[in-house]
Amino acid sequence: MPIYETIIGLEVHAQILTRSKMFCACSADYAGAAPNTHVCPVCMALPGSLPVINRAAVEKTILAGLALHCTIGPEAVFARKNYHYADLPKGYQISQYELPLCHDGWIEIEIPNETGNRVKRIGITRVHLEEDTGKLTHTGGASLVDLNRAGVPLLEIVTEPDMRSPEEAHAYLTMLQRILRYLGVSTADMEKGAMRCEANVSVRPVGQAQFGTKVEVKNLNSFRAVVQALEYEVARQIAVLESGGKVVQVTMGWDEAHGRTVVQRTKESADDYRYFPEPDLPPLVIEPAWVEALAARLPELPDAKTRRFVAELGLHPRDAALLAEDRGIAEYFEAVARESGDAKTAANWITGELFRLMNTATVEIAAVKITPAAFAALMRLVATGQINLNSAKRVFAIMFETGRSPDEIVQELGLAQVSDADVLAAAVAAVVARYPDEAAKYRGGKETLFNWFLGQVMRETRGKGNPAVVRELLAKALKG
Amino acid sequence: MSLTLAQVEHIAELARLALTDAEKALYREQLSAILEYAAILQRVDTSMIPPTATVLPLRNIMREDIVQPSLPIEDVLANAPDAADGCFRVTAILEG
Ligand SMILES: [Zn+2]
Repeated sequence: MPIYETIIGLEVHAQILTRSKMFCACSADYAGAAPNTHVCPVCMALPGSLPVINRAAVEKTILAGLALHCTIGPEAVFARKNYHYADLPKGYQISQYELPLCHDGWIEIEIPNETGNRVKRIGITRVHLEEDTGKLTHTGGASLVDLNRAGVPLLEIVTEPDMRSPEEAHAYLTMLQRILRYLGVSTADMEKGAMRCEANVSVRPVGQAQFGTKVEVKNLNSFRAVVQALEYEVARQIAVLESGGKVVQVTMGWDEAHGRTVVQRTKESADDYRYFPEPDLPPLVIEPAWVEALAARLPELPDAKTRRFVAELGLHPRDAALLAEDRGIAEYFEAVARESGDAKTAANWITGELFRLMNTATVEIAAVKITPAAFAALMRLVATGQINLNSAKRVFAIMFETGRSPDEIVQELGLAQVSDADVLAAAVAAVVARYPDEAAKYRGGKETLFNWFLGQVMRETRGKGNPAVVRELLAKALKG
Repeated sequence: MSLTLAQVEHIAELARLALTDAEKALYREQLSAILEYAAILQRVDTSMIPPTATVLPLRNIMREDIVQPSLPIEDVLANAPDAADGCFRVTAILEG
């Protein structure tokens, strides 16, 4: 049996975060709205209505294109994609065909292997802008059409057939999702339908230059579904070839419930869509100055951030990647690092205590009540020995709960660490006087008793003694 | 440049038109005539002319991303032959 190579290309649709729809002023926020309440003559395709392009959708598409290292424009044309379906009131979808907004880019993905991470570049064929369709609900003998989603702006991102395994496809989607979220272009939430994926899959014997016949797989609604469907489809195609058969070019749907791909009704081919330039929309000319202005708005992306956190702030690569994963968290971390002047300790606190509390309470970073300034103030209380680490964790939990200042909480709970040498010296003297036998044994060479004495003094001060000061005083007193 | 009957049927299918045999024959003739005309146009040397998506002198006509009120649902469904639960009700469609 020959060894087969898998070839995968992905087509991703992501809803663009705009307030209004792509070509009309209806609200694009369809989630939770009563059916057909975000609808107007344009998005329900009444005769005589005309579309007008939403500038924010164009700019967010260009931002995505820039982040994916694409060439932008210089000219972009909208096109009609003609087909009949009940969720498409015009009988065509306004999309882009020959002149997309962005083309010829790339994205780098990381695939874990035995020796760490392997970096691979995946080509981006094009990034274009189009409109979403309405929503169909199927009831017994009829279908119900809700047009709230019709006309919501969609980003379509098409890759080259550059992925060689379901794992690479997964890594690509993860990276793409992270970038779109960072840019604020899309929530890219697959489970909520804000990011959808279709795959082109084929297999060929290793060494064969020509691609095998590709099969399109649709209905991939989660990361898990993508991996499972691709694994299933690859195995299916190899089995077909091994039994002497031929893979037929067809569109399959992923049947999540049964864990298999099933042939879908054959739809129109590209020719059958009869694409032609949208006569209702004048072309866009993307001037370099416009692109430059948008490029200036590009945030530092997760990869670059991770590298900078390691190189400039001295973080462990794992912590750096963890903090850079989400833009909100990265910005919060940087604010705390700046306020406190101690990036490493800030990273430890955030990846440790803060993440733990956020997970337990299922709180997003935007809703965290601890301001970076208060966070830094708490770190300073520990650094200057005013409270110990255990007390600090208690205070931190209360800050997380209430948003109150650390000084206030420390005072209220009486947690302030005692560093006053006179007060501590009295406690040390009392303990040493209470245990003369142990003191004698220590002086006789049983040095391990030192830590026991330390514990006794800490108990005497109810945990508030500054350990460094106590240690020093105790050493002096025991020598005595 | 004459269309086959099968091509006419395919075009009718894409346009969701049910044609009688007489109509198919008639449209085969008429559509073929249109294509012949297009074939004449295609003889013109356009190698030096950039593709033209519009003849209007307009570019970059855009609106700001501002939400305005949508139609009241009564108006949205006013012309619907059938409606249920605030939705247009249509013949059952199989997921495809
Ligand atoms: Zn509308």
